[in-house]
Amino acid sequence: MQEHAAGLPETHGHEETHQHEPTGFWTKYIFSQDHKVIAMQYTITALLVGVVGMVFSWLMRLQLAFPGQLSLIQPDNYLQFMTQHGMIMVIYLLTAFLLGGFGNYLIPLMIGARDMAFPFLNMMSYWTYFVSVILLFAAFIVPGGPSGGGWTIYPPQSILPGASPGSEWGIRLLLMSLAVFVASGTMGGLNYVTTVLQLRAKGMTLMYLPLSVWGIFVASVLALLAFPALFVGGVMLLLDSLAGTSFFIPLVNQFGRQLGHEGGNPILFQHLFWYFGHPEVYIVILPAMGVVSDIIANFSRKPIFGYKAMVISILAIGGLSFLVWAHHMFVSGMNPYFAFWFAIATLAVAIPSAVKTYNWMLTLWGGNLWFTTPMLYAIGFVSTFVAGGLTGLYLGNTAVDVPLTDTYFVVAHFHLVMGVSAILGIFAGIYYWFPKAIGRMYNETLGKLHFWVTFVGTYAIFFPMYWLGAAGMPRRYYTNEAVTQLPPSSHELNIFITIAALTVGAAQLVFAFNLVWSIFKGKKAEGNPWKATSLEWQTPQTPPVHGNWGPTEPVVYRWAYDYSVPGASQDFTPQNVAGGPAQKAKASGKTKH
Amino acid sequence: MEGIILAIVLVLIVVGTTIITFVGPWGLPELASNWGSIDSMIIVTTIVTMIAFIAVNAVMAYFIYRYRHRDGRRAVYLVNDHRLEKILIIVTSIGIVFLLAPGLFVYSSFIQPPADALKLEVVSQQWAWAYRYPGADGKLGRSNIRFIDAKNSLGVDLKDPAGQDDVAISAGGTLHLPVNKPVELELRAKDVLHSFYVPQFRVKMDTVPGGITRLWFTPNKAGTFEVLCAELCGIGHYKMKSSVIVESEEEFQKWLKQQPTVSQTLGTK
Repeated sequence: MQEHAAGLPETHGHEETHQHEPTGFWTKYIFSQDHKVIAMQYTITALLVGVVGMVFSWLMRLQLAFPGQLSLIQPDNYLQFMTQHGMIMVIYLLTAFLLGGFGNYLIPLMIGARDMAFPFLNMMSYWTYFVSVILLFAAFIVPGGPSGGGWTIYPPQSILPGASPGSEWGIRLLLMSLAVFVASGTMGGLNYVTTVLQLRAKGMTLMYLPLSVWGIFVASVLALLAFPALFVGGVMLLLDSLAGTSFFIPLVNQFGRQLGHEGGNPILFQHLFWYFGHPEVYIVILPAMGVVSDIIANFSRKPIFGYKAMVISILAIGGLSFLVWAHHMFVSGMNPYFAFWFAIATLAVAIPSAVKTYNWMLTLWGGNLWFTTPMLYAIGFVSTFVAGGLTGLYLGNTAVDVPLTDTYFVVAHFHLVMGVSAILGIFAGIYYWFPKAIGRMYNETLGKLHFWVTFVGTYAIFFPMYWLGAAGMPRRYYTNEAVTQLPPSSHELNIFITIAALTVGAAQLVFAFNLVWSIFKGKKAEGNPWKATSLEWQTPQTPPVHGNWGPTEPVVYRWAYDYSVPGASQDFTPQNVAGGPAQKAKASGKTKH
Repeated sequence: MEGIILAIVLVLIVVGTTIITFVGPWGLPELASNWGSIDSMIIVTTIVTMIAFIAVNAVMAYFIYRYRHRDGRRAVYLVNDHRLEKILIIVTSIGIVFLLAPGLFVYSSFIQPPADALKLEVVSQQWAWAYRYPGADGKLGRSNIRFIDAKNSLGVDLKDPAGQDDVAISAGGTLHLPVNKPVELELRAKDVLHSFYVPQFRVKMDTVPGGITRLWFTPNKAGTFEVLCAELCGIGHYKMKSSVIVESEEEFQKWLKQQPTVSQTLGTK
């Protein structure tokens, strides 16, 4: 119906579009330059890689619950599971999914473009990512296996032979994989930024953009500015490992033997790593925040509360993310006076983060809440984001950080705030856009089952880790049997966490089944099943075809949040509908955006 | 229906986690150093963040219940409320300053060791801790990775007279400390990063090869505590442990006098 409201004529297929649609199997599905196909490629690859990361987390949890009883899990491969779990989840799943998957699918459709600014580069970005994944997994078959140096790969430990598992070929392949990933991310990031700035539909001002686009856009800018630090640090570390340079390795004596390095500084690597690594957590969380904002507004049938404040908060979080990196290094041995600045800047991040949280809550207020699966996930996101984000007030405040850092308190903090929350945001987005992307509805009952187990289960996994961390359970320990100050009941708590983790893992089978089943057997979806305002729901076909818009590109007349406008005939007014009472309401009322 | 369930689940999560946080068996181990100020900061931070955690979830649960879809309901068209936004930002900022300012005061004392502190050295390696006490002269002799050999495992510079009377406790040994006397540790690493961590003292500091890091505290309870490594240092990270025995000044001096000096061990005198 919306296409009529939008004044778009019915199209008669792609012949009338301005772009050539590829017809062969290879150009259509493999080396496609269509942003929607590339988004699917990213999505599928990232999810499959994520399954591997999840299995590694089960292996770690099994070891922690039943130490010494599983002969397959030894100290060396425990560290390898741990390292690969972290790398996979942060880089190859979350970053790839949120930028490569959501970014690719949503940017052109939400801004009213036919495709990305550089479709060929876009295709290259995916295949470069694919190569980085191959390199990541290639480390499993080289001598010594993959790196076990922790996802932070701090030297000297990560590259000294015998120090940690995979400290020769494993770490080298990982560093190469990261370098290739950075190349992929740069191609993608340039594309997303250019597309948002250059290819917006007529009338689509920056302040009319849906918050999903804002989140992805700012995250892409962060990626472009942060990844080079990882690249540089990675190449220098690779040279230290392969060419015998000493960027990060001073004179050391390992196992009674003096090694050939001299004069390097291990803390320099930490600065480079976290100059990338801290913005990285916002690269992951900002797109999720954007997606959640749009979903909460839609299913509350209300405009997002304080749109301008939401945009400013995204920009503020993005800007501050480059000024806080050394809060990961309060006890690293860096100049202790640096910590004053980094503590102040870090706690300042809490203000825009709190603004976002208040605005999500105030969007619910007075709404007409519709509890679909994506809405449940979006509300779950707000809850876990707060449960994880608030403990940033401990860890950012240097003196409080000292006893808690490198314990499970930190593990709980970052998993809740940027692991679980980002994943809940991803699930919210997958369910929300599934009908548009596939043309069929997912099964709502299975979706809700998946939500309840995942949401309650992730709380059960990660909240108790705060208690364990406060009690002094250190991170990255193969076993805690000999940590004497831990109360005996902490072992039972570890068993509880493991059971919760395996249960949440099993619930993902429901998700996988729901996706696959619904792709083939789901109920046919309408073009705009959620009665949403943003442009991606106004395409002439569902799923959108190559070129997205048929013969006429959409024209935008309003922002993305005209829900329940007084006087409007229905409770939503799409962005490409001209006139109507909304603009009047905004111009005359005290409520301006 | 989902709205009611979700509201109840959010409330249950908040009630459950709050109760266990305050009365559960898992909390900070009993304090055994001067850093009670860090504990106070943790308690204050816990109260403030728990209030925020409860408030966000409870308010959200109420909205979810109150504004769940009913037939005929139409949502309020509310775009913004600048006054409310300002109030919320101000309240949040006050809360943050309230936590940050005392935290920075505690931290500034954390990085300024008292002048009368007993200085001693901690040397970390894969996967054990070693220690060195200054001898009668009260000064630690110079040391360097270059001088490490089978006998001189800490690399003490034998040309430095200050080092001759030092007492070295080689890797695997136990750290002894006098009770109620400030201690300043000079931390070194021979190979990779490690981190000196005693949960009961509330202190932790990385050791970095190629440099010296510092940490001070005053142990104020006699007893034996565990030294853990808190920075991933390889396969043996989880078993890189040592003990610290906190005892009276007399017992400490008695123990120290029984240990051989560097010159005795290496036969340099």
